[in-house]
Amino acid sequence: MNKKNRSVLVVGAGIAGIQASLDLADLGLQVHLIEESASIGGRMPQLDKTFPTNDCSMCILAPKMSECARHPNIKIHIKTKLSAISGNPGDFLVKVIEEAKYVDPVKCVACGICESKCPVKTDDEFDMGLRKRGAISRYFLQSIPSEYTIDKTKCLYLTKGVCRICEKVCPAKAINYEDKDKEIELNVGAVILATGIDAFDPIGFGHFGYKSFKNVVTSLEFERMLSASGPLGGHVVRASDKKEPQKLAFIQCVGSRDESIDHNYCSAACCMFAIKEAIIAQEHMKGLQTAIFNMDIRAYGKDFDKYYEKAKNQYGVKFIKSKVSGITETEAGSLILKYVFENGEIHYSEFDMVVLSIGLQPRANIADLADKLEIKLNEYGFCRSDAFAPLQTTRDGIYVCGAVNGPRDIPESVTTASGAVAEAVKFLKLERQDMTPKEDAVPEKDVWGERPRIGAFVCHCGINIAGVVDVKSVAESARSLPNVEHAEDLMYACSQDCMNTIKERIKEHNLNRIIVAACTPRTHEPLFRETISEAGLNPYLFEMANIRDQCSWAHMNEPELATLKAKDLVTMGVAKARELTPLKRLPIEINPRALIIGGGLAGMTSAQSLAAAGYECYLLEKEDELGGNMRNIYFNFDKDPQKYLAELVADISGNELIHIYKNAKIDAVEGFVGNYKTTIAVKNNDKQEILEHGIIIVATGAEEHKTTEYLYGESSRIITQVEFEQMLHDQDFPKPKVKNVVMIQCVGSREEGKMYCSRVCCTKAVKNALNLKKKHPNVNIYVAYRDVRTYGFREKYYTELRDQGAMFVHYEPENKPQVKLIDDFDPDSKVNVTMFDPIMNREVVVEADLLILATAIDARKENIDLAKMLKISLNTDGMFLEAHVKLRPVDFATEGVFVAGLAHNPKDMDESITQAKAAASRGLTYLSKKSILAEGTITEVNEDRCTGCGYCEEICAYNAIAVDPEKEIAVINEALCKGCGACVASCRCSALNLRGFTNEQLFSVFDALELTN
Amino acid sequence: MKENPKILSFLCKWCSYTGADLAGINRMQYPTAILPIKIMCSSRVDPVFLIKSYLRGADGILVGG
Repeated sequence: MNKKNRSVLVVGAGIAGIQASLDLADLGLQVHLIEESASIGGRMPQLDKTFPTNDCSMCILAPKMSECARHPNIKIHIKTKLSAISGNPGDFLVKVIEEAKYVDPVKCVACGICESKCPVKTDDEFDMGLRKRGAISRYFLQSIPSEYTIDKTKCLYLTKGVCRICEKVCPAKAINYEDKDKEIELNVGAVILATGIDAFDPIGFGHFGYKSFKNVVTSLEFERMLSASGPLGGHVVRASDKKEPQKLAFIQCVGSRDESIDHNYCSAACCMFAIKEAIIAQEHMKGLQTAIFNMDIRAYGKDFDKYYEKAKNQYGVKFIKSKVSGITETEAGSLILKYVFENGEIHYSEFDMVVLSIGLQPRANIADLADKLEIKLNEYGFCRSDAFAPLQTTRDGIYVCGAVNGPRDIPESVTTASGAVAEAVKFLKLERQDMTPKEDAVPEKDVWGERPRIGAFVCHCGINIAGVVDVKSVAESARSLPNVEHAEDLMYACSQDCMNTIKERIKEHNLNRIIVAACTPRTHEPLFRETISEAGLNPYLFEMANIRDQCSWAHMNEPELATLKAKDLVTMGVAKARELTPLKRLPIEINPRALIIGGGLAGMTSAQSLAAAGYECYLLEKEDELGGNMRNIYFNFDKDPQKYLAELVADISGNELIHIYKNAKIDAVEGFVGNYKTTIAVKNNDKQEILEHGIIIVATGAEEHKTTEYLYGESSRIITQVEFEQMLHDQDFPKPKVKNVVMIQCVGSREEGKMYCSRVCCTKAVKNALNLKKKHPNVNIYVAYRDVRTYGFREKYYTELRDQGAMFVHYEPENKPQVKLIDDFDPDSKVNVTMFDPIMNREVVVEADLLILATAIDARKENIDLAKMLKISLNTDGMFLEAHVKLRPVDFATEGVFVAGLAHNPKDMDESITQAKAAASRGLTYLSKKSILAEGTITEVNEDRCTGCGYCEEICAYNAIAVDPEKEIAVINEALCKGCGACVASCRCSALNLRGFTNEQLFSVFDALELTN
Repeated sequence: MKENPKILSFLCKWCSYTGADLAGINRMQYPTAILPIKIMCSSRVDPVFLIKSYLRGADGILVGG
């Protein structure tokens, strides 16, 4: 038995490190989160928007950062590095060095006077050198922790012994030049590495003129330019003449897919990154023309192709398939791009500005870190991991997430983070947690009967609100409203220091209701509620006025009217706040078992992870054999999938915590998070069985597209890639010897009505082609493709296949390859494939012995019924839709239900394994609790008024009301009630009311309307 | 027509309120007359709400759900 520990170390506090920490902390474990920079957040705060939803990056990240900072189980160590590790999994002794900060974090109030007086002006790293900062500074505006720190390499006093100005001006007396580096020893059970990636520095690429031509910038610099809170306030201008660019070019693969610098891999995110920047730039600047110079557009993620098509068709972004060979600068500062098409034609175009889409590379210090941890790196310098153990390093007890072991985007980083947690818990001691409030929690103040004393806080949100709305005058008008005791404007209400301000004001003015006028309650209400409960107020004594998403952003050109509207919204909010009452949240018991639907690779992996953490599950498989689609996969680049599958099946079959039901079908699902009852039927067994469980993991997979295109079915020589893989495995090729093989990609993918990429087909084609070449080196292989999407390290195999002489012929959907049987009456007829070859600029005809179609991955039809049963959603392609495409990639909006594998979107085996582990660990955050707390906003019954007519029972969509036959009154199931209020509006006796949205509270809002006129 | 009409808008927290946020995120511009009130579901809207709103001076009502 392994030794186990209750503490864990997470190295790196980007989005992956944050997610891993939150999941671990939610399991009741003690997390030490160490971060080299002065704030948690990583790369995401530097981004303006995120693809493919154009969500504001900081807005979606900020709640997670705050949650991380306030979680009682997470200890954040900033400016901290790992220095040594010893011991074994379950019992590591880690030494970390916490650098001197020279500012006392307890005393610092983050007022910023020190930085404004600091005589040093140095390039700001966060803003990519586009802005200057002092030697004393904070990393960025919403830094967590928010305190300032001194950069000892820049500080005049610490380097030259003169100055000490910050010490003099600091009103809080927080400066301490005597601060020393500290070594801390931590005893942890496991380590999760989330140190992220560096951006490629294009300075060595002289032909692109970076740093010598003023108007050539990197994509990360451009992102800061686009950001409303960035150094240019979101107003993009050329560095040379401060004029808005009219024509903008993006050059892809700068530092990626480049063997000359040993970067023979694809950086995975830059294509989408460039498309996003082009779209956002066009929104910022009317009339801007953008062009993206690329080899392939790799929009292979969920809903990415729709975004790519939108950029092309709606925004008119030009995509130019070519290689840029050089840039020259004109006298006016514009840039002339020289680019070469595949057929060798050279063209020139002039642009006002050029953005280099820089690739991702391993952290500069990763070799050093790997040495200390005694883990191995791969050929590109990323952490080495295995296709079937994608989150493990070469040392037990140390796991990876985020981009440490390969470039990946945000949702995948989040998924790997949760996945790594499922690995780490093997060496961590889990105990079922009791969530009833602890004795040391801030006692709740009784406000019943007190006169409302409202505090109103109006947020600037940088310039997001204040750029349009006159925030100060909104705060001023709030102050004049009845019962408002205190009103104030705040720069970023959600920042740690402003939340501290709110808490202080509650104490100072004895406030008993709080309203914050800021962004949307959808993202920020939980945060503020928690804040006021830390100050002793019931969390439901809080109201939010949405003056950003539904005001300043929607009325950008009408500042005066927007200010008036903001005042109205605050008036209405204050009116409601006046009527608020404290609400209680009831505990919901959690059944500690899971139901996993689908016994393929994902479902089995989830089951294995849950069992490893000591939790029981039911695994349902509709067929009579486990394995799902993986049963048809015979090859992977270095591992044998069938061997892995057999081991996995054997492992879970022998595990007493995993109850496997084959030939099983779900008849009904009832209940809710923590308390599900699922009725299943097993074939050849008359009896139904009822399973009780607390959570559900949906791992129902997907299916191969059935095509009728390209004469599929009319000759035995026209087959799919899946059939071809079987053929390779059986070594059963058509006779006589195969000479010419044509592969056609995107059959049933990336088309009108099915605008998504099936993600695995390019790699599968390359894999199968290489396999064929290995045994039959003289076969001619032609691949008709639209974009070759061998993302990440898969690129190597693509170049290998090209080197072996395979011909890649590009086609567009309006000019698809034409297929004709040579003998219409022969069921084994060879096929003539006609393709237009852009390289030779003419049609080529290949007499193919085999035509192999890369058919799409389709969503299962059964998804529709299952979605209804589980009350979860599907996207337009019929794939299951997660709660948030960026930051909640395995959760559903319905609490307690999770998704993994192909049911979510097409993906490769390593990605299914990762997501399955992630789903297990997200599920564990529930299973590991004895109970969770229900919402407070639910219906209540006034028993004196209720006549027991039962109309509400009929109307309730959640089966949360039943009329008690004896008492003849309606009774609410408080765990099931979702608080929609349909029953309230339907009640003819006014016996029902919705807590938090009562008639009285809403009436007061209408009354306030009178005030606004 | 008033210079600054007020259209009281009852928006369901799950769909139309989220939609209104999305409109903002996408910087879609619309008149400031729209005054959103977040409710848990459009089914919460009691006919009394509409009457009360008009009595208090609303110039129009939008129920989104």
